[in-house]
Amino acid sequence: MNFVDMLLFGIYPYIASVIFFVGSALRYDREQFTWKAQSSQILDKNFFRVASVFFHVGIIMIFLGHFGGLVIPYEVWDFFGVTLAQKQMIAMGVGGFFGVMCFIGLSMLVYRRLFNPRVRASSSVMDTLILLLIYWQLILGLITIPVSTGHMDGYVMKDLMSWSRYLLTFRPAEAIEFMSEIHWIYKAHVFWGVTLFVLFPFSRLVHIWSVPVKYFGRSHQIVRRRY
Amino acid sequence: MKVRAQIGMVLNLDKCIGCHTCSITCKNVWTSREGVEYAWFNNVETKPGVGFPKEWENQDKWKGGWERTSKGKLQLKIGGKLRILANIFANPDLPQIDDYYEPFDFDYQHLHNVGDTKHQPVARPRSLISGQRMEKIEWGPNWEEILGTEFEKRKKDSNFNEVVQKDIYGQFEKTFMMYLPRLCEHCLNPACVAACPSGAIYKREEDGIVLIDQDKCRGWRMCVSGCPYKKIYYNWKTGKSEKCTFCYPRIEAGQPTTCSETCVGRIRYLGVLLYDADKIEAAANTPNEKDLYQAQLDLFLDPFDPEVIAAAKKEGIADNWLKAAQRSPVYMMAMEWKVALPLHPEYRTLPMVWYVPPLSPIQTAVEAGHVGMNGEIPDLKSLRIPLRYLANMLTAGDEAPVVRALERMIAMRAYKRSQNVDGVEDFEVLKQVGLTPNQVEEMYRYMALANFEDRFVIPTSARAYAQNAYDLKGECGFSFGNGCGGGESDLNLFGGDKKGVRKVIPVVMKD
Repeated sequence: MNFVDMLLFGIYPYIASVIFFVGSALRYDREQFTWKAQSSQILDKNFFRVASVFFHVGIIMIFLGHFGGLVIPYEVWDFFGVTLAQKQMIAMGVGGFFGVMCFIGLSMLVYRRLFNPRVRASSSVMDTLILLLIYWQLILGLITIPVSTGHMDGYVMKDLMSWSRYLLTFRPAEAIEFMSEIHWIYKAHVFWGVTLFVLFPFSRLVHIWSVPVKYFGRSHQIVRRRY
Repeated sequence: MKVRAQIGMVLNLDKCIGCHTCSITCKNVWTSREGVEYAWFNNVETKPGVGFPKEWENQDKWKGGWERTSKGKLQLKIGGKLRILANIFANPDLPQIDDYYEPFDFDYQHLHNVGDTKHQPVARPRSLISGQRMEKIEWGPNWEEILGTEFEKRKKDSNFNEVVQKDIYGQFEKTFMMYLPRLCEHCLNPACVAACPSGAIYKREEDGIVLIDQDKCRGWRMCVSGCPYKKIYYNWKTGKSEKCTFCYPRIEAGQPTTCSETCVGRIRYLGVLLYDADKIEAAANTPNEKDLYQAQLDLFLDPFDPEVIAAAKKEGIADNWLKAAQRSPVYMMAMEWKVALPLHPEYRTLPMVWYVPPLSPIQTAVEAGHVGMNGEIPDLKSLRIPLRYLANMLTAGDEAPVVRALERMIAMRAYKRSQNVDGVEDFEVLKQVGLTPNQVEEMYRYMALANFEDRFVIPTSARAYAQNAYDLKGECGFSFGNGCGGGESDLNLFGGDKKGVRKVIPVVMKD
């Protein structure tokens, strides 16, 4: 057992999830006023619509893809008759498509954040940091696609799925075994992905928790009584 | 019948002198903070003009308010719930800050530090958002003050729709103007509330004030588009929306709002209106736009009707509120004399800040023999402000209620003039406009004299005695986030510097 692997892929994810959940809960409870999307659309709308929609749609689809890949057990895919190789093809195709879409949108947003004087002046350090980190993480993810073409049988993917399965069932020692053999690019992508969860509660990403699905269920008007 | 009470407002445009005291006092109290420099919960516009933000009345452009679908359903103009949520990543109907104006300040310090120069030193403008030099200020909250900017631009004013030969009003001899002070309408059917995906905006049951819960607001900015009056402002610093609070802490204590209290022209009135909450949706969904004014009048309940009083008591409306409703100047002007009219009823939000239309130069012309008379009253077609223009603004294009209001105001003047100058009671003129001498004396007392205690009939809210004030001693007043905002900016784990603190941009001196 490699100590660094254990630290990064066996222990760090647990620390990250504690920070992620406890941090989010604390912030929601203590700092409601800071819980927001912090849109800067009003400051400059030029190309904002294309950029933001491409980015958001892309990243939501990528998130769902990762969820489907890492959390749903591969027996389920097996049950539906999807082989590992086919699954990898789907992941590379769909992931690649939305990855590129997200990349286009995010590139525009990063440019806007760094070089639009109004947006830049009103950004906090965390706003810029989190955006650049997502950008970096997206680029790492996109690089995994050409690397994956070297092994189209889907077994590397199965290793990663096993890693998350063992981790999610609290068996870190076995989990990290699956990480030892794979290409460093996957390791880097996993590490920075976990880091995103660490920063999540301290950044504007908390708005993801607040997807307003309840809007569909409520009546148009809201009347509150004070006493 | 479900009786609810609301504090409504009436503004007598006939007396507005456009001094902007309301805007300034409001600004000082509520929006002198970073992030809302551009926001004016109350602003005064010179009409005709495109206003603030630009063309706010053009709902083909901004899609504010409600519309009736072809199936007869009431729906927000920005779309159904699905379309609103689909646009949550980028709201296509959101104004950019330049549609209001880019907030700026001047390098005043330069005037102190400049030293000996050949030329008069100048304080140049600087953007309060980016901190960068602004070479030219392009727009402001009151850019069209007293018909500023050329008519070609001002004639985009939507109230000119279907005004015949609108181009002649660009001529110097034919031009006209009026002031329109604007604030949140605290609607009965608020579009902002319906548009908010987080459910952060609400109407208070006890006094009808529409507020944004700053803790629940997530900054999806749909309310900005939903509000047809463009009276919700997105605070670009805090990332939350803000709006006129109707000075609720003052209203609760029985005091008038800041804008009303400081109005030097004494044009503002505050009073209780009782209305039937069960009928709101049907009224807002009236098929013909021109019937919306009447539909809203039908919502208001007679505070002297024993049935209404009994139903109101059943809803828990306090006795002092019912008494105030009976003395309400707003009720008198809107319901009894029908001189106050809603602003843009066609938006279907059922607004609760109403306006008395302004008379325009006509009496002097009558004396000079230029104007045709209609019985005892001059023909209103010779008013300088076209009737259709006022009707587009106040009654969805129906001229009859505007004519009635203006005629009654002229009749009041004629009656009082003959009474005081000639010593004659001119009942003819009153008969023509359907007023009794008693009513006219009341109108005169309320609209001409306009004493403080007649203008503002505000019952204190139950909160004043429901809460033990001693428990509140030493608590914060208004603050952002947790704790009291003392102006310091400690680092916060979740939010960086504390919000709402005005940042001073340092001036860099160069030789």
